Amino acid sequence: MPLNRDFIGRSFPPTEPYEVSRVKIREFADAIGDPNPIYRDREAAKAAGHPDVVAPPTFPIVISLGGSAMADPELGLNYAMVVHGEQRFEYVRPVRAGDVLVCETTITEIRSIGNNEKLELRTEIKTAEGEPVCTAYNTIVERGA
Amino acid sequence: MTAGVKYDDVEVGTEIPARTYPVDRANLVMYAGASGDFNPIHWRESFAKSVGLPDVIAHGMFTMAQGGRFVTDWVGDPGAVVDYGVRFSSPVVVPDEGGATLEISGTVEDKLDDNKVVVALTARCNGQKVLTRAKAVVRLA
Repeated sequence: MPLNRDFIGRSFPPTEPYEVSRVKIREFADAIGDPNPIYRDREAAKAAGHPDVVAPPTFPIVISLGGSAMADPELGLNYAMVVHGEQRFEYVRPVRAGDVLVCETTITEIRSIGNNEKLELRTEIKTAEGEPVCTAYNTIVERGA
Repeated sequence: MTAGVKYDDVEVGTEIPARTYPVDRANLVMYAGASGDFNPIHWRESFAKSVGLPDVIAHGMFTMAQGGRFVTDWVGDPGAVVDYGVRFSSPVVVPDEGGATLEISGTVEDKLDDNKVVVALTARCNGQKVLTRAKAVVRLA
């Protein structure tokens, strides 16, 4: 079913602030099987020039999956038919333990590709104080029946 | 930031040796928990098959994370990655018995200003490309 084109350009309210903990970063690093000490050990992170442990490059997906932007029934997205098409992160700096982050998502494009619907989202990830940290670009595809 | 690779030591065409990364069902369960993506196509075989997939498939973001690990292991400091993007071209099928293996390799595709280079990644599973347009921009020492 075609997605509602009225959503192109729509921005969603900022998410609740998310506090990044060392434990969550370690859990994520364990889940991707990456033993890098910079994700676990504050001293190792400091030796690499960081104030605290940093998160792996794909960690921002934890807080930028799209959430409320995709959940609005008016958009018409059938989540069971959704696959991830593309993902990109532009980093101002790595996410690190202690960050309190807020996401603001905009639907930048909706178009048909054959039987599929393609939805592009841009999420600005900033600290609660407004310091830009990362921009996430997420393309999802709703497979046609 | 303390990248372990020097900008002057790499050229366009410098190859980063291939590495393999195993993935099994336990990895996917852990990734579901850590990422919050509990779509059952990543852990329940009957559901995956009911929506037309050959078997349970890995989260695209799990595969992207392995590509990220390949880059950060090469460069040393995860903070050196300034841009990372991929397109998911084919699912990574993860059978109950034996799991799957990702093979990732990379090439320095371009040298930019400010000590930055573009690394083009190739990720395969069973000979099939699972990522395309996979590129990371990293700032070297």
